[in-house]
Amino acid sequence: MSVATATARDTVRIATGRSRDRSAASLVFLGLLWFSLFFGVMVLVVLITDTAIAGSGRFDSALVTGYDSTLYPERTGFRAGILGSLWLMLFTAVMAVPLGIAAAVYLEEFADSTRWYNRIIEVNLQNLAAVPSIVYGLLAVAVMALIGIERKGIVLGGAIALALLILPVIIITTREAVRAVPEEIRQGSLALGATTWQTTWRQVLPSAVPGIATGTILGLSRAIGEAAPLLMLGLASSVRFDPEGMMSPITALPIQIYGLSSSSQQAFQDAASAAIIVLLVMILSLNGLAIFIRNKFQRSW
Amino acid sequence: MSSNNTAGAGPSLGAGLPGASVNLGRKPRPGETAIKAVLFVSAMLSVAITVGILVALVEPVIHFFAEVPFGDFFSFDEGQRFAVFPLITATLMTTAIALMVSVPLGLGAAMYLSEYASRRARKYLKPTVELLAGVPSVVYGFFAVMFVTPTLLQDILGLGVGFTNALAAGLVLGVMIIPTIASLAEDAFSAVPQALRQGSYAMGANRMQTTLRVVLPAALSGVAAAIVLGLSRAVGETMIVALAAGSQKNFSLNPLEGMQTMTGFMATTAGGENPVGSTSYNTLFAVGLTLFVITFVINMVSIALVRRYRQAY
Repeated sequence: MSVATATARDTVRIATGRSRDRSAASLVFLGLLWFSLFFGVMVLVVLITDTAIAGSGRFDSALVTGYDSTLYPERTGFRAGILGSLWLMLFTAVMAVPLGIAAAVYLEEFADSTRWYNRIIEVNLQNLAAVPSIVYGLLAVAVMALIGIERKGIVLGGAIALALLILPVIIITTREAVRAVPEEIRQGSLALGATTWQTTWRQVLPSAVPGIATGTILGLSRAIGEAAPLLMLGLASSVRFDPEGMMSPITALPIQIYGLSSSSQQAFQDAASAAIIVLLVMILSLNGLAIFIRNKFQRSW
Repeated sequence: MSSNNTAGAGPSLGAGLPGASVNLGRKPRPGETAIKAVLFVSAMLSVAITVGILVALVEPVIHFFAEVPFGDFFSFDEGQRFAVFPLITATLMTTAIALMVSVPLGLGAAMYLSEYASRRARKYLKPTVELLAGVPSVVYGFFAVMFVTPTLLQDILGLGVGFTNALAAGLVLGVMIIPTIASLAEDAFSAVPQALRQGSYAMGANRMQTTLRVVLPAALSGVAAAIVLGLSRAVGETMIVALAAGSQKNFSLNPLEGMQTMTGFMATTAGGENPVGSTSYNTLFAVGLTLFVITFVINMVSIALVRRYRQAY
């Protein structure tokens, strides 16, 4: 009886191929893999805890409603930076989203991928997605000079830089969303006499909207955290008024954090920690929104 | 009625045009062509951006080299205002440290996700790893200066590091690019055909042996592409090194010292009060062009490697 059970168990173990997955080396290896997987999470937990503790004294209303103050470091606020970041995000979206969707639709629905110019666009996009963000700042400086605007640190310049930066991200994610729409939908539409554009506009794009929205929001959440390209455009870290228009000088939350983190005064460092938590909350809520849209509206075909 | 109508309309279309082959694909549609043209222009804009970057960088650089001799720019002398090589070596230092952190951890995470995790687990674990990429780099930089250097390096490890040093910047940079390497490497592992794994199991290998000796070598070009892309990210990352690596040119191989990287130099110069068009301001573009060329070459290597593994299977 017991012999039979033991034999049966051995057979099962061999059959499932796990007979030697319990060796010491395998377990150590698995442990290392677990460690690599959770190392990042541990760092993130330490980062958030450490920053939240440092900034805990500053979670007051002055933090988000007040302007920055050199006279009263313990009351310095990030109103200008938060509003500036929101304005930048809005104008970035206005510029980047239509262009990104148009380019993605061309590449997926219209382009003949065997043509040399379409292949150049493909390779170029992959390269652009990996160009350092600071270089986009320099490009935006040149664009501003080209259209003859000399004021530094304004909404328009920052939004151009961020729009250029996230354009490849939006194109790549939109293409994935468009590609996920099954071919049968297109064929059905074409068979009923619709042209390629009618098919794209009335069938493909509506089905791809959740995917496009998710990708766009993730792109914008990347843009809102960027500081390097904005530094190139000369955004000041201290601005004591709200943004009023495209040509209004602004600051952004990451720029203010950068400005304060080199300060030697403890009160400013604590304020920067609290501002980091505000920035992370903004980014996490954008990410949460993206995940919500994906789970709620995305169709599986 | 309606069924009668469709049944009648179908054949009459063809019958009404005897002999003429109606190819609707060739029918001129001005609206359609115009829309296609607009979309094509939008797509070509991405190429225009690349060209624009080159033009935007090259023009000020020409002015720069009209005033500064080549030898002053391509110089190792850290005392020389325009020397670029000390910046490049500092970038290489922080990048090397970052890769030492991110390559093993990124590949480990990718191996777990691709070879060990169940479908369900992967659905939750992958976004968790990618969360790291969502944290802004200025936040990482602040963390490097406020926690990694004083608490981890000085207090816990007892290293004699300064307020800014390449080690802290490199370590945090490494954490930041773990998701880049992990997600590309996972794609490469997943692209390895199941038959190879089954063959390996059939020969009596366990999961670890299959992962390390079959899947990893088979996915090597994809893994290489992942590492190369991580390298490109590390070279171009700005805020971490601007805050944590130092703001003094330092031609040194000691990671415990502060040293200014290419991007760190650009951040400092742009933040300073240099009038537009001055030689100091144009240095920004000279270093920027150097950075762009370096990352461009790295990206092209990565793209070529990805193409190779896509072709393999």
